[in-house]
Amino acid sequence: MRAAVIVFPGSNCDRDVAVCLQAATGQAPDMVWHGERTLADYDLIVLPGGFSYGDYLRCGAMAANSPIMAEVVAQAAKGVAVLGICNGFQMLTECGLLHGVLMRNQNLNFICRNVRLRVRATNTPFTHHYQSGAEILVPVAHVDGNYYADDDTLRALQDNDQIVFTYSADDNPNGSLQDIAGICDPTRRILGMMPHPERRAEAALGGEDGKVLFSGLVEGLL
Amino acid sequence: MKATIYITLKNGVLDPQGKAIETALARLGFDDVNEARQGKLIELDLKENDPDAALARITDMCERLLANTVIEDYEIKLQDKG
Repeated sequence: MRAAVIVFPGSNCDRDVAVCLQAATGQAPDMVWHGERTLADYDLIVLPGGFSYGDYLRCGAMAANSPIMAEVVAQAAKGVAVLGICNGFQMLTECGLLHGVLMRNQNLNFICRNVRLRVRATNTPFTHHYQSGAEILVPVAHVDGNYYADDDTLRALQDNDQIVFTYSADDNPNGSLQDIAGICDPTRRILGMMPHPERRAEAALGGEDGKVLFSGLVEGLL
Repeated sequence: MKATIYITLKNGVLDPQGKAIETALARLGFDDVNEARQGKLIELDLKENDPDAALARITDMCERLLANTVIEDYEIKLQDKG
């Protein structure tokens, strides 16, 4: 499986996710600088977490207009899978590949801790190795993770089973509508999520709940 | 031509920063504030001098970058030269 991790100025989870991809697929991903304009043929493109462009204007807004992003959108239209984690999720909403927006956390704090997540949809190439309805523990680290969308969008997400991860109802850290932590597009091949599976993907990091996402990729995407 | 763009959260969108400002003002004794909303102000100096052309240009900028129209409204004010 061939994967690319896009590196933006201010990305800081790019190498963590590369380690997870290599462990899961046996192949190191290509690290692609955001200033590139073309991508080779990949099975997966990852937009990593971090603080691209210092979160100026709005989180992910500058990165969504980086030279590489037109190519990411074009590849996604061809069916290439895209995974956006944290800042990557913000980019996916800013560039229109996913609906809604990640607003400032309700309590205005930067929140960095493990949260309990519920796996709501396992019929995606990212989550098919999880048990449906499983509760997992994965860290969040963000100040803008409060998912918001208008009523029509929320209804469409529900009707199409696009809500992939929710925060456990008593552990919603940021005020997200309907406790949304991660959503996919209608094709189910584009996933955006605020929690960081790459930060809990080996026992030395405190647990392996995040590893399941990566371990399912080869089977899910090839 | 100079322009000022005001970007504000749409009505009905929760504004946690506005709420925090309300609370802080009340704590300082300004208990006569019904509501506070926080937004952004962006100033541009454009090469364009025709108001209609400038307005069209800035509208495009707002739609594509400066505002996220899912949650934000924008208002453009043009200033004459000088």
